[in-house]
Amino acid sequence: MKVERKCKVIAKEQLTQDAVSMTLNVGDMLYYARTINGQSIYPGQFVHIKCGDGLLLRRPISICSWEGNAAEGSLRIVFEVKGEGTRWLARRPVGHTVDVLGPLGTGFQTTPGPYLLVGGGIGVPPLYGCACYTGCSSTAILGFRSKDRAILLDEFDRECIDVHIATDDGSMGYHGFVDALVRQELEKEHHYQGVLACGPKPMLRSVAKVAAQFGVPCQVSMEERMGCGVGACLVCATPMKDGSMKHVCKDGPVFHAEEVDWDA
Amino acid sequence: MLDLSVNLAGVTLKNPVVVASGTFGFGREYSRFYDLGELGGICAKGLTLRPRAGNPAPRIAETPMGILNSVGLENPGVDAFLELELPFLRQFDTKVIANISGNTPEEYGVMCEKLSAAGVDLIEVNISCPNVKAGGLAYGTRPELAAEVTQVAKKHAGGVPVMVKLSPNVTDICEIARAVEGAGADALSLINTIRGMRIDINTRRPVLKMNTGGLSGPAVLPVAVRMVWEAAQAVSLPILGMGGVSKGEDAAQLMLAGASAVAVGTALFADPFAPLRVRDELTEIAARQGLSAVSELTGGVTPW
Repeated sequence: MKVERKCKVIAKEQLTQDAVSMTLNVGDMLYYARTINGQSIYPGQFVHIKCGDGLLLRRPISICSWEGNAAEGSLRIVFEVKGEGTRWLARRPVGHTVDVLGPLGTGFQTTPGPYLLVGGGIGVPPLYGCACYTGCSSTAILGFRSKDRAILLDEFDRECIDVHIATDDGSMGYHGFVDALVRQELEKEHHYQGVLACGPKPMLRSVAKVAAQFGVPCQVSMEERMGCGVGACLVCATPMKDGSMKHVCKDGPVFHAEEVDWDA
Repeated sequence: MLDLSVNLAGVTLKNPVVVASGTFGFGREYSRFYDLGELGGICAKGLTLRPRAGNPAPRIAETPMGILNSVGLENPGVDAFLELELPFLRQFDTKVIANISGNTPEEYGVMCEKLSAAGVDLIEVNISCPNVKAGGLAYGTRPELAAEVTQVAKKHAGGVPVMVKLSPNVTDICEIARAVEGAGADALSLINTIRGMRIDINTRRPVLKMNTGGLSGPAVLPVAVRMVWEAAQAVSLPILGMGGVSKGEDAAQLMLAGASAVAVGTALFADPFAPLRVRDELTEIAARQGLSAVSELTGGVTPW
C-alpha cells in the first residue's frame, strides 16, 4: 500500500532562469496510485519530495505529465527554484535518486473535452497534463511575467487546438493578464466543458469570476504551505464559502471555484 | 526474545512507540501506508466539545531542524469523533488515546464522560496548546488551574486513565507536574510545542498568520529530554515522552530520562514510516545492550 519510492532522475533540463524540468523514474508508483484512489493518476495531482536531510518538510511539486504502465512509469515535474529545498532538488544530477511520496491530492475532474486551460507562471505545468488528458481538444491561455519566463510552449502547441499567450510586460503575445484573454475566448466560443486554472491566487480569483459570468464551470488549483502532504496535519487549510476549512493537500489542490471563499 | 511491551498507567502498549496528537489525524491517511496495528498507540487529533475551524493559513513555517505550527485545534468535535473516527480506529490492534482541550474545566468534564462511555484506552488532557486563546496554555502554565482541570477530568473519566499533557512554556515543570499528580492524574505526557516565531525578512511579516506558533522537530529534543528527566524526578507518574523524536536513539534518550513510552510526531511529515523505524531502531539498541525488556530503559540514566 505504500506510495513512497526512491526515484531515479532520468532527465533534467533548465527551461528558464528559474524553471527546471525533471523526469523521474517512479517504478510501480502509478500502480499504487490506482489501488488507492480507485483510479489511475490524473492531472492536477502532486508529488511530495524530500529535498535533502537538512530540511524537515518535503516540497510539494505538481505533476506535469506521465508515461509508462503500472509496473514501470515516469513522471515529469516542472518546478521553479524558490528556496533552499527546490535549489537542492534542481541540483540533483541525472542518475541520482530522490525520495518521492505520491501521487497525492485531488486533481482536475474532467470528461472528454474541450476545456479552456488557463495557467499563470509556474502554474502552467499541471495544465499540460490536462491538455494531454483531454485528448488534444482543449485551448490554452498561458500567462508569464515576460517572454524569457515562458515555458512548455512547444508542448502546448502539440497537444492543444489553440494556444494564446499573455505577458505582464508585453514582451510576448497579449500585453496584460490572462483573465482578459479568457473573457475574449468565452465570448467567442461557447463549447467549453469548463475552465481549468492554475496560478497565483489573484489570477485564479479573476479567472473564476469571468468563468462564473459566462456560466462555465471552473476548477482551480490552489497553493498553501504544506506539512504532511497527505491530509493528517491540517496545516494547509483554505477557507470555503460555507465557512468550513478544506485542506489543499488532500481535498485539493484542485477545487471547484464556486466552493472557494475568494474574499478570505 | 526481547519484550517490547510497556505499561502506561495500567494500559499495556505492545511497543513503546505511539504517534503524537495533531500529527496523525485520526489515522486514516497513514493507514494507507501501513497497518496501524504496528503502533503501540495512537494519540488522535486534539478534540474540543464543538467543531473548530482552526486558525487562518499559513499555519506552518520551517525553521532550523524544526517547524512552527499554528493549526489552532481544527477538529470536527468530540461527537463526530465518536461517531465517525473512533469506530475506524477501533479496527486496528492498537491503543487509542483521545486528546481533549476545553475552554472551561466543565468542558473537559463533558468530553471525558463521552469518551469514557464510548471506551477509549486513555484520555490525554491537553492543557498546553499554544495556538488557542481560551483555555489551552493558560491551564498548563498555572499549577492551581492545571490541578482543577485534572480533578474535573478524573471525576468524569470513569475507569479510563487520565494523562495530562504538559507545556514546556513554564519556568518550573516540576511544580505543574506535582500539582497534576496531586489532583489525581494517572500519567503525564510532555512536551507540547515551544512557542516560537519566524519572520520573513523581505516582507517584514511573520511567516505564520497568527504571528507565533509552536516549535517541534529535532530542535526541541534536548528540551524534551531535560523536562522528562526533571518531571520524572518530581513525581512518580508514568510519562509519555515526546518532542523531536526521529530515530531510535532519541526514543532511548527519552526513556532513559524517565519516559515509559515515547511519541513520534513531526518526523512523520518527512517520513510516514518514522514510527516503525523508531520502534525497530529502539529494539536494536535494547538488544545490543543485552536487555530482556525495552521497558528496562525507563529511568535508567545515571546523572553526574
